[in-house]
Amino acid sequence: MDDVTLLSRLQFAFTIAFHYIYPPLTIGLGVCLVFMEGMYLRTKNKVYEDLTRFWIKIFALIFGIGVATGIVMEFEFGTNWATYSRYVGDVFGSALAAEGIFAFALESGFLGILLFGWNRVSPRVHFMATVLVALGSIFSAIWIVVANSWMQTPAGFRIEGHEMQARAVITDFWAMIFNPSSVERLSHVLVGAFSSGAFLVLSVSALYILRGQHIDHARKGFKIGLWVATFAALLSLFTGHSAANVVGKYQPIKMAAMEGHWDSLAPADAYVFGWVDKQNEVTHGLKVPGGLSFLLHFDPRANVPGLKQYPVNDRPGAVNFVFQSYHIMVTLGFAMIGLTLLALWLLYRGRLYEQRWLMWIFVFSVLMPQVANQVGWYSAEVGRQPWVVYGLLRTSDALSEAVRADQVLTSLILFTLVYFVLFLLFIYLLNKKIQHGIDVGDVTDHSGPLSTKNPDVFSTAR
Amino acid sequence: METILGLDLPTWWFLLLGALITGYGILDGFDLGAGALHLFFRKEESRRIVLNAIGPVWDGNVVWLVISAGVLFSAFPMVYGTLLSAFYLPFMLLLFGIIFRAISIEFRSKEPMRWWRRLWDFNYFASSTSIALILGLILGNMVQGIPLDSNHRFIGTLRGFLNPYAILIAITTLSLFMLHGAMYLAMKTENRLYAKLTILINWTSKLFILCFIASAVATLIYVPHMAAIFRDRPYWFVVPMAALLIVLNIRYSIEKRRYLLGFISSAVTTSLMLVLVALGLYPNLVFSNIDPNNHISIYDAASTTKSLSIMLGFAFVGVPLAAAYTIFSFYTFRGKVKLDDGSSYL
Repeated sequence: MDDVTLLSRLQFAFTIAFHYIYPPLTIGLGVCLVFMEGMYLRTKNKVYEDLTRFWIKIFALIFGIGVATGIVMEFEFGTNWATYSRYVGDVFGSALAAEGIFAFALESGFLGILLFGWNRVSPRVHFMATVLVALGSIFSAIWIVVANSWMQTPAGFRIEGHEMQARAVITDFWAMIFNPSSVERLSHVLVGAFSSGAFLVLSVSALYILRGQHIDHARKGFKIGLWVATFAALLSLFTGHSAANVVGKYQPIKMAAMEGHWDSLAPADAYVFGWVDKQNEVTHGLKVPGGLSFLLHFDPRANVPGLKQYPVNDRPGAVNFVFQSYHIMVTLGFAMIGLTLLALWLLYRGRLYEQRWLMWIFVFSVLMPQVANQVGWYSAEVGRQPWVVYGLLRTSDALSEAVRADQVLTSLILFTLVYFVLFLLFIYLLNKKIQHGIDVGDVTDHSGPLSTKNPDVFSTAR
Repeated sequence: METILGLDLPTWWFLLLGALITGYGILDGFDLGAGALHLFFRKEESRRIVLNAIGPVWDGNVVWLVISAGVLFSAFPMVYGTLLSAFYLPFMLLLFGIIFRAISIEFRSKEPMRWWRRLWDFNYFASSTSIALILGLILGNMVQGIPLDSNHRFIGTLRGFLNPYAILIAITTLSLFMLHGAMYLAMKTENRLYAKLTILINWTSKLFILCFIASAVATLIYVPHMAAIFRDRPYWFVVPMAALLIVLNIRYSIEKRRYLLGFISSAVTTSLMLVLVALGLYPNLVFSNIDPNNHISIYDAASTTKSLSIMLGFAFVGVPLAAAYTIFSFYTFRGKVKLDDGSSYL
C-alpha cells in the first residue's frame, strides 16, 4: 500500500468512526423524545415536558457535532476519492443527493423549532416538529445505508467504458435501492442506533436514581429508555442474524474473515472467542462445532467456503481485526439483551430501582451500544477490503490522482487535533448538562411576553 | 438526446445546480455575513441577540450546501471528483471552518466565563469570515479557469489558487455577505443595536459597491471568455445592468430604511452575479486555462440520462419540500428577536 492510499484510508476511517458516534445517538434519542413528548401531550404531566426539554438540549448538542462531522464525509468522497466519485457517481451519487434533499433538510429545517420554538408554536406543532426531526434522522440513515449497501452488494447497474473511463451506470433504480443487503443491513443499523440513544437515556436516568435526584423524572425517563432498549436489543438478534446470512451469501470472503474460517469445511465451526493467526492461516479459540454451518444454513453439516479458497489479493488484509470486531459486537449484543431483560423483569416485580449495583451497570452501559456500533461497522468495512465497491473497484484504484501524500498527512493531522479537542469539549459539555440536571417546571406560562425566569440559564436553581 | 421544454437534461441540471448554489449563497450568505460582523457588536447582550437571530435558521441554511454538493456529485460526478481533489487544501479548510463555526454557535452559551465567550466569539467570526473567503476563492478560480490537462486532470498548484483575481472575488463575496447579513440583522433587531446596524449597513454597502465595480472591471479585462459573452450576445448586457441597478437600489432602500427591500435586493444581487458566472461557463462547468479542448463540459461530466431523469424526479418532489421547511421555519421565527426563555443561546 502506498502512502496516499494508506493516509487516505486512515483519514476516512478516522473521520467516519468519529462521525459515527453522533448520528446513532440522535436517531435513538429522537425515538425516545417522540415517546417523551407524546406522553406529555397525552397525560399533560409536566414531568414529561421537563424531560423532553432536558433531552432536546442534549439532542441539539449531539446533533450539532453530527452535522459538522457529517458534511466532512460528503466532501471527502470528492477530495480524497475522486476516481471513486467518477466511477460510482451515476449510481451512488443519487442516493447521497437524496439524503440531502429528503432527510437532512427535514431534520435541520425543524430542529430550530425543537430548540427555539417552545413559545412560538403550539404544543401539537412542537410535537410534530419532534416527530419530523426523528423521522428525518431515520430517513438519513436509510439513504446512507442504502448507498453503503450498494458498495457491499452492488446491483441495478452496468459498467460502461474501459480503464480510466470505466464507470458504473444505473440500469434499475429499485434494484439499486433494494440491493441484496440493503434491507437487512439497514434494519440492523437502525436498531443499533435505537440502542445507542436509549442507553444514553438509561445511563443518565440511572445516575439520577442513584443520587436520589429528580426521582420522578428519572424513573419515567428510565422506563421509556428501557422499553426502547429492550425492543432494540431483541431486534438486533434477528436483524443481525439476517444481516450475517446476507454476508454469507453475497460476501463469503468477508464471512470467512469474520469467523476466522480458513478451510472450506463441512461442518464449519463458529467461535465464541478466539485469535486468528494469519501467518499460519489458523484460528485458535473456543468454538461451537458446526456453529457457522448452522447459522448460515440451519444445517450443522453444510459446507462453508473458507478464506484459503480465494486468492490472497481478494482477501481482507486484517483478518484478525475483522474477526475480533465482529465477535466483540456479537458479545455486546447478547450482553445488552441479558441486561435489558433482567431490568424489565425487575421492573415487573417492582424492585428495579432499588438494585443499586444494576443502576451502576446502567450508568456505564451507555458504552455498550457505542462500542458495538463502532466495531460492527469496522468489521463490515474492513471485511469488504480490498474492495471499495465489492468485486468492482479496488480501494487502491479509487483515489484522487491530483492529491499528494503530504496534503493528506496535513489534513489528517488537523482532523486528529480538531476532533480530539472537539471530543473533549463534547464530553465536558455533556457532563455539565447532566450534572446541572433537569430544570423542573422550566416554564409555566406559554402566553406571557417575557417569562420571569432569569435570562441567564446558569444562575437558575435546579 | 432527450429534451424537456427544449432543453436537454444536462442543461436542466446545470440550471438546477445553479439555482441550488444561488439558494445556498442567499441563505447561508446572511448568516455567514452576520458572523463576519460579529465582533463589531461589543456588548454581551447584543452578541446574544444576533446569535439568536440566526439561531433557529442557520442549520437549515447549511442544508443547501449539502444538497448542492450532493447534486454536483450525482449529476456531474467527474466535476465533483476533479474539482474537490484539485482544491484539496482549500476544501479541507472550508470543512474545518464549517466545523468550528457549528461548534462556536453551539458552545458559546454553555459557559458564563468571559474568556470562554470571547474565545467562541472570535472563532465564530474567524470561521464565518474564512468560509466566505474560501467560497469566493473557489468561485474566482471557477470563473477564471484552472489548469486542466488533456485528460481533464488538474495540474495546478495552491499558489495558482491564491491568485489576485480570485482574492478580489473572495473579498467581494465577503463584502456582499456582510451587507446581506447586516440587512438581515437590521430586520431582526431594535433600538441601539438596530442603530448600530444602520451604520454597519452604510459602510458595508459602500465597501461592496467598490468591490463590485473592481470585480466587474477586472473580469472584463482579465477573463476574456466572460467578456466574450457580451461581444457574442450583447443582449446579455441586461444582466450586469440589472445588477448595477439593484446595487444602486440597495443604497436607496438603505436611505429609506426599508431593510426587507434591501435584503431582497442583496439576495437578487447574489443571484445575478451567479447568473453571470453561469453564462460565462455554459456549456462548460470547468474551464481549462491551458487549452479550450480541455474544458469539462456538462456533456463530458453528466451522469447518464437515466440517472439524471431519476434525480429530476427527486428534485421535483424534494426541492419544493425542502423549500417549504425553510419557509415554515422563517415564518415561525419572523419578527424582532427578544431574549427570553425561548431563545436557546443565552
